[in-house]
Amino acid sequence: MFADRVFRFDSVLFFSTGIILLGGVFILFSASGGSTEIIFHQGIRIAIAIIVMLGVAQIDPDVIRRWSPAIYLVTILILMLVLAVGYVGKGAQRWLDLGLVRFQPAELMKLATPMMIAWLFANAPIPISFGRLMMALTIVVIPAGLVMVQPDLGTAVMLVISAICAVVLAGIRWRHLIILTAAVAAALPFLWSQLRDYQKDRILAMLDPWSDPLGMGYHTIQAQIAIGSAGVGGKGWFSGSQAHLDFVPERSTDFIFAVFAEEFGFVGIIVLMGAYLLVTGRCIRIAYRAQDHYCRILAGALALTFFFYVFVNVGMVSGILPVVGVPLPLISYGGTSMITLMAAFGIIMGMHRRRRLMT
Amino acid sequence: MAGPLYFPAPNATLGAAALMTVDPISDVSRHPVLGRSRLVVAVILIVTLTVVLIERLYFLQIVEHVRYRALSIENRFDLLPVPPVRGMIYDRYGEVLAENHAVYELEVVPEQVRDMASFMTWAAQSLSLTERDRKKFDKRLHGRASFERILLKSGLSEEQAARFAVNQYRFPGVALRGRLRRSYPLGHVTAHVVGYVGRIGAKDLDAKERSRYRGVAHIGKLGIESYYEGNLLGRIGYEQVETNAHGRVVRTLAREPAISGHHLHLTLDSRLQKVVRNELAGHRGAAVVLEPHTGEILAFVSVPDYDPNLFAKGIDQVSYTALLQDSNKPLLNRALYGRYAPGSTLKPILALAGLEHTIDPRRRVKCPGFFALKEGGRVYRCWRKQGHGAVNLKEALEQSCDTYFYQLGLTLGISGISEALTTFGFGKQTGIDLASEPDGLIPTALWKQRRYGTPWYPGDTLNASIGQGYILSTPLQLAAATAALANRGRLVRPHLLRGVEDPQTGEIQRPAEQVTEVQLGDASQYERVIEGMIAVMHGSQGTARRAGQRLSYRIAAKTGTSQLVSLPQAGEAAKDTPERLKDHALFIAFAPAERPRIALALVIENGGSGGKIAAPIARRIFDYYFVERLRRAALKESRYVRG
Repeated sequence: MFADRVFRFDSVLFFSTGIILLGGVFILFSASGGSTEIIFHQGIRIAIAIIVMLGVAQIDPDVIRRWSPAIYLVTILILMLVLAVGYVGKGAQRWLDLGLVRFQPAELMKLATPMMIAWLFANAPIPISFGRLMMALTIVVIPAGLVMVQPDLGTAVMLVISAICAVVLAGIRWRHLIILTAAVAAALPFLWSQLRDYQKDRILAMLDPWSDPLGMGYHTIQAQIAIGSAGVGGKGWFSGSQAHLDFVPERSTDFIFAVFAEEFGFVGIIVLMGAYLLVTGRCIRIAYRAQDHYCRILAGALALTFFFYVFVNVGMVSGILPVVGVPLPLISYGGTSMITLMAAFGIIMGMHRRRRLMT
Repeated sequence: MAGPLYFPAPNATLGAAALMTVDPISDVSRHPVLGRSRLVVAVILIVTLTVVLIERLYFLQIVEHVRYRALSIENRFDLLPVPPVRGMIYDRYGEVLAENHAVYELEVVPEQVRDMASFMTWAAQSLSLTERDRKKFDKRLHGRASFERILLKSGLSEEQAARFAVNQYRFPGVALRGRLRRSYPLGHVTAHVVGYVGRIGAKDLDAKERSRYRGVAHIGKLGIESYYEGNLLGRIGYEQVETNAHGRVVRTLAREPAISGHHLHLTLDSRLQKVVRNELAGHRGAAVVLEPHTGEILAFVSVPDYDPNLFAKGIDQVSYTALLQDSNKPLLNRALYGRYAPGSTLKPILALAGLEHTIDPRRRVKCPGFFALKEGGRVYRCWRKQGHGAVNLKEALEQSCDTYFYQLGLTLGISGISEALTTFGFGKQTGIDLASEPDGLIPTALWKQRRYGTPWYPGDTLNASIGQGYILSTPLQLAAATAALANRGRLVRPHLLRGVEDPQTGEIQRPAEQVTEVQLGDASQYERVIEGMIAVMHGSQGTARRAGQRLSYRIAAKTGTSQLVSLPQAGEAAKDTPERLKDHALFIAFAPAERPRIALALVIENGGSGGKIAAPIARRIFDYYFVERLRRAALKESRYVRG
């Protein structure tokens, strides 16, 4: 195809993610206590992520569609491998050591699952049959189960969310969605019993953090104090007392939003949320104008999942959701989530370019 | 799955057809419409959830901002007390009696220690860490947060501290901490007068005082340390610090420095104190030496004594029990609390009362060795069986003739005796600057009626007139009365404090002297009595004449024997009486007799007669004092000449 010779690029998506990444570096520098080493590592990660995004953007969406089942199956196999020989980090078998890089295969699953579901529904007749819905359910339950065993509740939740987004965008009947929701609700007591104790505690602490202010509620309370004490303008860069005096837990990773909120205040939060909405909106727009149903489902599902990342993380840090260990997208330090996300944006970027070439 | 990893799109191929059933009424062309409508739903969802988040953050940052800001400030700031440095205690020449000594403690923050086992091995070798230390440490470790500093070993020597300091880089999480500990360089010698500090106990402070002692671990428990606690303590300071989530201090924001306690300059002469203490060593007894004209106490000794440093360090139960159960009662301050019958040491005062009562000092009383109230009645012995013959006042004092004083006592009556003794300070506190001084006891007819419900008998008066019976006095009271005799009637309050020094300004405040005139006798009468007292040391028949030989100055003195109850042979120290039933030996003296510079009272429990054992000790104390005085004076002179 002649289109392959043209560089695929979307400036709005590129620069809006770039703004978030840059802001992220600034707040990480403060959260890490001015550690240049951490900024260096994060910089490398960002560079890789941008290269991955631009690289993935050059792949023809049709190719991605055709390879979706293969990618999905291979990722399932890797996940099983992780359970078998997984590197134990932070008490959870999430990492696979590939010598030079430690790879978190659950991250790849976040792409593979919506891809597989989009593939499944790409040409599905409407209305969508219940049988096909069950197939979609199987597609998500297997990896979600594997991830939860690791145990990584956050990723499992996000996998399910991304699958639901994909299925809804694929045009599932509302009736079926209600039945499914009811089934999940019925299964909740069972799922509750399957949770690890610390996961149960986190959910209970979310419901009433002040019942155990020095125990399980501590993280939530300190994060809320950090956010609340900032006020409109914030305490200023490097001046967040809650963060710099260790009151905010995991301040470089999962709770970095509390540091951001403490130092940049309500104004900073509005700007950050605006940037996140810009990224999401741009992706939704690309999905809206997508060339085919596969692209629409995949781009829409990835965009929604990205937004849910923001929602779950900010929700848990500000105390309206349980602490489930979801990083703040594009800002939290470490992990492979940033690369996954940028790869997702790459996929979406590729779709956008393709459509414009066609018209 | 078998086959190639390449999958065709499900709509077009046979493979896909096999995979899923095709709904006949399906309409693939409706995909874009349906998909786009679902995207609109998604946008609505996103906007809704964003509003929820913003609302929550608005609530936290705008609505509840004040509350959370207060919480964050509360999190951060802490007020730490800074204990003041306790004032020093010096003797009259600037010799240190109590100081603050830096001691080193080794503390461990368990979470920071990389290899506890190797450190323990090293500490066992290089710091002589014992098995017991380790066990105690393990006990302390239990139930404490791993970021807390936990004491491993206290009382490291300078050498051990240095050895650790050079190796510190090898053991992160282990820290040396300097602390000030009270120490008494003279130890035993000043134990009973300076006292000691100890850990603040539950009963030491009431709620109001507690705030003044925040961060202070020790408080004066006894002696000067206790009496002048208010001066020595100083004022605690505060540090406002910022702490992190672990309670660790990150930085100091504001500081109100502690104000050091005031230094005390005592009247004690530590060299004399040492000499007196060494003279008394091996006995049970007490001595109080003072300057009669100022009331400044030069030596204040009670033996046996103990090491106050044990208490400052924190005495262990075994040593404490041993001290408590020692039959010699080393913890008892005999100079202050010991109550003894003063015996014949009262005779000069009674003689003075007699002169006041218009008794002719030249009148002689015949002493056959005993005295009977009535013809054929009960016989009261003189200490000398064969009698003293006919003695006048001076001779009666010189030889301590009991018969003479029986007669005198009867003339004065018990009211006369107690009045005279009271005016010399007996039976009430001297007002020394030491806590809970006892009154002693001067009996009266009324007192006996109240106490025992029996009337006062003439026999009681006879006992009182030789200082026996109900009369009780402390060595300190004896010394104060002796000083009043030396002053010819000026009773000066004995005291230990010479000055309080403000360490900031260097200014020394001196306490006001308290003098009361003794309402008894005139100058010539004093000289008559003192003449008798001089004869005790220098007369041919003096009871302490042996101690008075070859003296280049004149000592006025009086011996005394404090009878222990129910010994039939009063005053005669029978050779076969068990040690603990022997009489107490007493001695009072001042010198030079004409212009006294020094006065003392001495008690040696179960020492027998005052003249034999106590007088030589007093003589050596005086000798030392005058020689040392001359030496010091000469030293001053030579400095002056050179300077």
